[in-house]
Amino acid sequence: MKQSDKEQYLIEYEVLKKKGKPFFPYAVAKDSAMALVVVLVIVVMSLVLGAEQGPKVDPTTTTYVPRPEWYFFFLFELLRVIKPPELVPLATIGIPTICMVLLLLLPFYDRNPERRPQRRPIATTAGILTIIAMAYLTFLGAAAGTPTEIDLEVAAEYEPGKQVAAQSGCLACHKIGENGNDGPGPELTEIGARLPREAIARSLRNPPQGMPNFSGLPAEKFDDLTLFLASLDGE
Amino acid sequence: MPNPLKRPSRPGERSANGAGANGSNGASRGAQGVEAAKEGGGGLVGWVDERSGATGFLTGMMFRKVPKGTNWFYTLGSATLFAFTAQAITGVFLAMYYTPSPTEAYESITHLTNDVWMGEFVRGMHKWGATVMICLIFLHMGRTFFFGAYKYPRELNWVIGVVLLILTLVMGLTGYLLPFDQRSYWATVVANNITATGPVVGPYLADFLRAGPEVGATTIQRFYAIHMLLVPGLIAALIGAHMYLVVKLGTTAPPWLKAERPKNARKKTEVG
Repeated sequence: MKQSDKEQYLIEYEVLKKKGKPFFPYAVAKDSAMALVVVLVIVVMSLVLGAEQGPKVDPTTTTYVPRPEWYFFFLFELLRVIKPPELVPLATIGIPTICMVLLLLLPFYDRNPERRPQRRPIATTAGILTIIAMAYLTFLGAAAGTPTEIDLEVAAEYEPGKQVAAQSGCLACHKIGENGNDGPGPELTEIGARLPREAIARSLRNPPQGMPNFSGLPAEKFDDLTLFLASLDGE
Repeated sequence: MPNPLKRPSRPGERSANGAGANGSNGASRGAQGVEAAKEGGGGLVGWVDERSGATGFLTGMMFRKVPKGTNWFYTLGSATLFAFTAQAITGVFLAMYYTPSPTEAYESITHLTNDVWMGEFVRGMHKWGATVMICLIFLHMGRTFFFGAYKYPRELNWVIGVVLLILTLVMGLTGYLLPFDQRSYWATVVANNITATGPVVGPYLADFLRAGPEVGATTIQRFYAIHMLLVPGLIAALIGAHMYLVVKLGTTAPPWLKAERPKNARKKTEVG
């Protein structure tokens, strides 16, 4: 912004300010009305939606639901959209960091003195697109359920393992047959064709980044689980 | 009367603090006393004002002009502040009953929810107040963005605002672990694993937050300290700076409002 633009703005602002009304009581009245609305909304939400306690934490069980608060859904969803393992740091840290830096430095690269939204087509469009993208990712993140059912038909001997997999929250990050979320983890429908049982067990005990450790499972359940996963060959 | 906080009085405006730089003469003291008496507080207000100059600052702040045409969108900032205040108050009451230890955290919240008078209600207010505050802070940022209010001379206030947004999200993240139920525990495990994937500092930051090989006793204490001491302190301080700049620079006028005499103004700047 040029020096003359700055001076022009300050002079115009001074004129507009002089013609304005005092902060008290005019703005204070509006602010107070808004504060009342805010506290009413919080009270009603608290009364209607309550604050139920979830089941007590148990690091050894695996029936967990790794869901963030809704306002982190867009980040969570970003993680699921970007699949290749080498790009995961980009989704988890890269993109959010770049967005934050862009947001922080906004006044330093947007040096256009114009303030009316309709005269700032690029900024206004970028803003609207950002809102749409975040709303869409939030919606996808909210819609991505945490299913606990696997519909895949398996032989009777693999049934117990299927139950363990369904209850252990694998579907939150992996797709198995028709069920589960396609990401952040790889699809497991054909995992048995790609990895031997011992390798699957190793992954469960020493999980890759982002995946919880399943070595806390009782030995019998752990065996059922690896047996079931190793049997998955896509047929 | 040295007072760095005081705004220099403008011509045509009655100074509330005497005659300015050389205001230590008796007349201005007298005027100030009269002013204090008018405020209605009598001796105490006068006594405090004589030592702080607070009424001058406060009247300057309260009776500053706000440009015409400011609408309901302009209440979003104060609404966010109000939501933060509500979070601080409910948070204090929750802290009275909460025990930040992995063996007792869950039970202390059960006790709070089931036995303490209005306990569930206050916890609900804190939980949903977080949601409301996040919504308001994003709406406030949207208003600032679309109205171009981050432009000269308010760039610094935009930067402070973005830092406040990040800190508010940190509050959301750290507060999520404290109930210590399955959901919050595993969400924190995942969040921590995500932090660890960061370049260079990622693994160290994750180690620092987890404070041990697994999410557990030290993690919850660390998150508790961050959630109720470190970040709220930073937020309160930055809100102070944010509001100081709002008062100093003035509330923005809606972008579609134009001053009536821009021609004169343009001439002036060209000459100057």
